[in-house]
Amino acid sequence: MATGIRTESEAVGLATRSTRGEVGGWRDQPVLLRLVSIALFAGIWEIAGRIPVSFAFPTFSATFTAFIGLIADGSLPLAYVSTLQPLLLGIVLSAFLGVGLGTLCGLWRTGEWLLIPVFIVLQAAPVAAFIPMVTFVYGIGMTAKTLAVMILALPVIVLNTYKAVRNVNESLVVMCRSFLGTRWQVVTQIVLPDASPVIFAGLRLGVAAGFVGVVLAELLITPTGIGDLITFHRSRADYAEMYATIASIIALSTLTLIVLQWIEVRVFRPETRGA
Amino acid sequence: MRAAVLRKEPSSMPAPIDPIVEVRGISKSYGSTEALRGIDLDFPRGKLSSLLGPSGCGKTTLLKIIAGLIKANAGSIAVDGKVVTAPGPERAFVFQDFALMPWATALRNVAFGLELRGKARAEREEIARHYIAEVGLAGFEDKYPHQLSGGMRQRVGLARALSVDADVLLLDEPFSAVDEQNRRKFQEDLIRLRSNQNKTFIFVTHSIEEAVYISDRIVLLSPRPGRVSQIIEPEIDRSGDPDLIHRDKHYLDTVQEIWQGLKQYAE
Repeated sequence: MATGIRTESEAVGLATRSTRGEVGGWRDQPVLLRLVSIALFAGIWEIAGRIPVSFAFPTFSATFTAFIGLIADGSLPLAYVSTLQPLLLGIVLSAFLGVGLGTLCGLWRTGEWLLIPVFIVLQAAPVAAFIPMVTFVYGIGMTAKTLAVMILALPVIVLNTYKAVRNVNESLVVMCRSFLGTRWQVVTQIVLPDASPVIFAGLRLGVAAGFVGVVLAELLITPTGIGDLITFHRSRADYAEMYATIASIIALSTLTLIVLQWIEVRVFRPETRGA
Repeated sequence: MRAAVLRKEPSSMPAPIDPIVEVRGISKSYGSTEALRGIDLDFPRGKLSSLLGPSGCGKTTLLKIIAGLIKANAGSIAVDGKVVTAPGPERAFVFQDFALMPWATALRNVAFGLELRGKARAEREEIARHYIAEVGLAGFEDKYPHQLSGGMRQRVGLARALSVDADVLLLDEPFSAVDEQNRRKFQEDLIRLRSNQNKTFIFVTHSIEEAVYISDRIVLLSPRPGRVSQIIEPEIDRSGDPDLIHRDKHYLDTVQEIWQGLKQYAE
């Protein structure tokens, strides 16, 4: 134990000091710093657009105006309605299926041998190449898009969960058994919480991959939603609108990941809050 | 009070009265390595017995077999006359590495045994608060394990074992990951705790001083394979100042006697 040679009062003193955060000043204003970071990024973008680095590179202000315009004329919200359905469905299915399968493989040898090689191959494969195939089989509807999301999201979620469950703290499992925990309680009370940081790392990667999947599907094969909006504005050389669309999906993806992290800390690992 | 009276009884008669844990013919091998061979032991009710021996003598293995966490190759364990093969409500374990859930507060960790048994939240937390105070951690209920020192973490582990109200507490080198000052304090507290908890303690340690300081009964195990080599019942009055025990003549003699016996196993 790292705290082995500390006295008890010292250890407590350290803990409270670090949670109080006595540094002070502007370094203690994370919200402010983040806003400055965003402003800096927008400023550099604006300058680069004004130079201009390329005729196809709009300024930040033009992009922002285009973004407001896209919302006002309803084309962006409409595109999101069509993109978000398969995205949400694909991610939710991948999350539950992925964590379920990964846990099963981590706990059960036969399952591990049957399934893990498949997912290792899937993760190694350039999965985007499967997307035209998926369209070929399932057409250009919702099913194809949902499958595209899952093909990209599922392997990383399964593999991370599997790894996390395999490396669970054995001593806590023994503790749970010794206090008469059932097999189910061992899994829900010990294995999953203990594995949750790595499972959530996999979920974050999976969600990001799911966004890639849905945009790829819309760009490559199903001209609908956000992918269609990007293609459409590119073909009309409305670069500000194109950038606004791209930026909006990046922002949404980032926001989703932040929400996911918030859920993780809130629900599964409260001790890391404020750390 | 009761404990002090018991201690004044002549302990020259080694036959244990009223054993709560009976170990019969326990043998255990890991592959070709023989960890324990034919262990027969009785642990008297309400006493603190130590399993003492050099590393490799199988003392932790024996404790985990008693706990039902490891299966023996031969022999049986009976608690209160009933043969047991799995963990049960009459035994509670304190782990060498504390085994606290890092995502749970001290309070939830202590209440965890009761939570697993389906006790209602308010009820189990009330019990947990009581035992947290009992081990001297009042005020630390809402701290997470990483905010506590090694000694405090093990107090949480001890409170968790106490709160399920088992008759037998199994402690696996509970102080080996705790620094020296806190270990001393903890040993003193354990002596005090014992006298007001009517429980049987089985304690694994590799420290001769620790064993003599706290035990009513010391079982010396010899290594490779682990066998019972000697049983010692130190006659030490623990009712007074715990610091005086370290200067007690009988304490020092017993430590020396055990060391003479164990010397041959030192590398």
